[in-house]
Amino acid sequence: MADKGSLKKAKAPVASPKGSAKRPKSTASTASSKTGGKPKPGSVKREEIASATGSVGELGPPQDIFPLVLTSATQELFECRADEDVTQEKPFKMLRKEEVLQDMKTRAAVSDFHPFKKLVLAYPGEELLLVYDRDFKYGQSFYLVGTEETKERILNPPERMEEEAEEDDMFLVYKTPEPQTWVSLGSELEIEEESVKDSRSKLSYRISRVRREFGAPVQFSDRNASVAKDGYVECTPYQDKSFSIKQLERDTGTQAAPPLQDSSTQTQWMYPKNACTQYVPREFTEQEKEDCMNSENLKNVINSVALRFEVALQQNEIMDVFFDDWGALGEDEDAFGGKADMHLKEYQSFTDLHFSKEKSVSCVKWHPTISGVIAVAVTERLSFEDRINLSTKLLLSPSLILFWSFSDPINPQLRLECPDDIYCFEFCPSDPTIIVGGCFNGQVVLWDISMYTERLQNSRTGGGKHAPTNTKSLSGFEHRPESEAPIVRYCAIAAIETGHQAPVTDVQWLPDYYEVSRTGVPLENKNGICVQLATCAPDCCVLFWDIRAPRVATQSMADRKKPEEKPLENPHGVPSTFKHLDLTWKPIIRVSLPKINTSGEYSPLKFSLRDSVAENPMLTNADKAQNLENTDGGIEYRVLRVPSAKHLKTLEDISTKFFVGTEDGELVYLDWKMEKDNDSGKMISSKPSHRFNIHDGPVNTVQRSPFFKDIILTVGGWTFAIWKEGVMIGPLMHSACSQKKCTVGNWSLSRPGVFFIGKEDGSIEVWDLMEKSHEPSQIQNITTASITCIKPWIVSSKQHLLAVSDELGTLHILEIPWTLHSPSVNECFSTSKYFEREVSHLEYFEERHAFRAKEKNDMEAEEQRRKTEPIIPEKTAKQLEEEVLKEYEQYLELEKRILKEMGLLPEEEEKEKLPEINSH
Amino acid sequence: MAEVEETLKRIQGQKGVQGIIIVNAEGIPIKSTLDNSTTVQYAGQMHQLVTKARSTVRDIDPQNDLTFLRIRSKKNEIMVAPDKEYFLIVVQNPAD
Repeated sequence: MADKGSLKKAKAPVASPKGSAKRPKSTASTASSKTGGKPKPGSVKREEIASATGSVGELGPPQDIFPLVLTSATQELFECRADEDVTQEKPFKMLRKEEVLQDMKTRAAVSDFHPFKKLVLAYPGEELLLVYDRDFKYGQSFYLVGTEETKERILNPPERMEEEAEEDDMFLVYKTPEPQTWVSLGSELEIEEESVKDSRSKLSYRISRVRREFGAPVQFSDRNASVAKDGYVECTPYQDKSFSIKQLERDTGTQAAPPLQDSSTQTQWMYPKNACTQYVPREFTEQEKEDCMNSENLKNVINSVALRFEVALQQNEIMDVFFDDWGALGEDEDAFGGKADMHLKEYQSFTDLHFSKEKSVSCVKWHPTISGVIAVAVTERLSFEDRINLSTKLLLSPSLILFWSFSDPINPQLRLECPDDIYCFEFCPSDPTIIVGGCFNGQVVLWDISMYTERLQNSRTGGGKHAPTNTKSLSGFEHRPESEAPIVRYCAIAAIETGHQAPVTDVQWLPDYYEVSRTGVPLENKNGICVQLATCAPDCCVLFWDIRAPRVATQSMADRKKPEEKPLENPHGVPSTFKHLDLTWKPIIRVSLPKINTSGEYSPLKFSLRDSVAENPMLTNADKAQNLENTDGGIEYRVLRVPSAKHLKTLEDISTKFFVGTEDGELVYLDWKMEKDNDSGKMISSKPSHRFNIHDGPVNTVQRSPFFKDIILTVGGWTFAIWKEGVMIGPLMHSACSQKKCTVGNWSLSRPGVFFIGKEDGSIEVWDLMEKSHEPSQIQNITTASITCIKPWIVSSKQHLLAVSDELGTLHILEIPWTLHSPSVNECFSTSKYFEREVSHLEYFEERHAFRAKEKNDMEAEEQRRKTEPIIPEKTAKQLEEEVLKEYEQYLELEKRILKEMGLLPEEEEKEKLPEINSH
Repeated sequence: MAEVEETLKRIQGQKGVQGIIIVNAEGIPIKSTLDNSTTVQYAGQMHQLVTKARSTVRDIDPQNDLTFLRIRSKKNEIMVAPDKEYFLIVVQNPAD
């Protein structure tokens, strides 16, 4: 940059030739041109410019450079003809000053150099430099260099070139910045403003005395300024009203500097270190212990101390002084108070005019996960004969299971279509969208309501108005108005030949932790879901079914026909969950119930397995929902296969025995494991181990207590009984015959000692074993027809509901009052104690029986013995007299002897007697 | 030895007694009916507590002395009878 600047500078003075050294030449040429010469082409421009503007000195070129025009004559004279003597490469021509002056003299004003006369005269050197400016850099064809330095500089450009080259090589050499021309950026204005300048020149006064008084003695006198007039001029300060400038601004500079202080300390560096210690308690060796024990000291100590201990221990034993009686008192009080509140309050009742008119409810089940939804099976209220007579009409009216929701008491939410009247059904515990039902004709039916769960759930919340959001809506049902409940057809039905031959009266799912093999052995269930169920019917058998596809692919002729008959389309829109079972479903085990002592079989109506999963109140709804969520995502039952029994572990602790209540009022206890019959080699079921003939009518309920796995309630005829599994003597408790038939019974879900009995006259008896066990604690009439089903349900800890259905087809929902559903303290414990007492009663009874029997036997034996022994002859009266005489004589002899010894003889008796008399 | 055993058996036979420990004056167990780790724990803890209790009692009244210490907890009751050279610890579960 500096270089360029210098270059510029160098050029600058160069580029302003003003003077022209070739004055005479130009004058001549001008003269020639003036006289008559027309401008010649080629150098026309230059001549014209020379004549016209020869004297013009542009401001553009720098001061040392003077552009000038030289006429051809001048050029010839000075031998600087354009493009001949001076060229682009050699543009320099040195002109002698004298020659220039000479030219100027000769040609005077016409000379080219005339305008530069002064310059030439003033030029210090001998020779002037004329530069041929071919490019018209400075406006003219030639320029004259005015100063020596510039001449030098122009003539010696190679140095500069060299300098430039040097610069390029040594690019990194730092040159101290040279002072540059100052570029004003406006700051001088402020300085101007700030600086103090004289606005006018200073006035100066010169005061002097008169000349003649110079040197004269001075005389001073006083004058009081205040007295004399005009002695002083006062300038009193006054507040100028017009002056109102306040100093609003003041420029001051401040600097804020934080006080900074450096200081340092040195501390001891504590850092956490891991350290550990290990210690062992001090102990005595065996020998030392022995020594101590044997010491006399210890003996004394122990003796002295033992008494204190015994006192203290006995104190504790007698009474627990720290027990809070006051606190414990409160709880019991609440349970007994408020007798009026013992009523079962009517909460809601459901009846459907279309579907449950003229029908009776056969079975009621609460939906296990969706609260507030209850399913009801309705059946025709006809006797068998009527059924046969009206069978054609019955075919038209379908049998249904209705789903009710609390939000809509008039319209059912869902209807499940059944091939025939359903007498019992059950939700699958592991998957509540699967429902199994047992029909009047002995078939077992499966439904899959997974498409409708959302509808049911919505009905719980919103009221069933909005359409189900699932897009898998069935064809044909799309146009149905939403208010009408959709009908769901069953998706699988069992094969008729191998099923029951009598109406299926009880169906139960097997719990999800075991499954049963073909021989009845319980095996480990690897699926984690319920896959098997058991049904019973009065055709004297209990069947076990599996909802998975059978492993063995062997099919009978009948089976092979069936797949061809099955339509490929799905006209009813049935979900294909159980397609693999439809119409080919066969039970895996058939357990028959042969009678124990006689021939024939028992006809079961209800049964109860030991490890049933139904109605476990310990498993809260949340837990159940969680279990279901784990298996959610569509269980593909089709894919599940019955595994080979070899691969599964046999579960030992599953009891294979179960109770069955029969049509004849008996309770049978048997084992479902199949035994190998030695004669025929087939697997047959074993004979029942026990049978109790208790009830006067068919048994309609066999139910295990939700709190005690081995306590069973059976209801039948006019009585009910409570049994304990394992106690085979008899029932723990057998109620007295009531006036009305007992139709159904059910344990309470929250109180161990409470159960409900439904009666023929539509009333419900609440029995509380803790309160009184000879009669119900409460009787309440619900409806006019007989009760068909009772099912309690826990909605929340505050609300317990009881579903009661009757023969008129109405479902009543009652609310269980607090007193009846909240257990008292230790109720479970006291109930179990009660049962234990009953067991011990029974045992005692048995014992007494045995004792009495034994006693009876003994007595009989005694009698027998007596009869067989010889009769001891009775003594006759004569013999007795003789004996008495003998004794008397013996006595007389004894008397004589004594008298002899005493010296009193009979001869002296008189003498003796006289003095005796005298002495009297 | 036999006498001691007999007394201990008598105490053990009371209702609810869970264990008996004889400890010497330094807190080292001599005899116990419980397992070793529990014994050692009881012995160490009770020793300190008895020392503290005794010093408390004597501090308040120098003529007095600690005769018996009963600690009633939720689950059981621990009874300690101190002496100059030994002390006896009995653990009882009263509520049964």
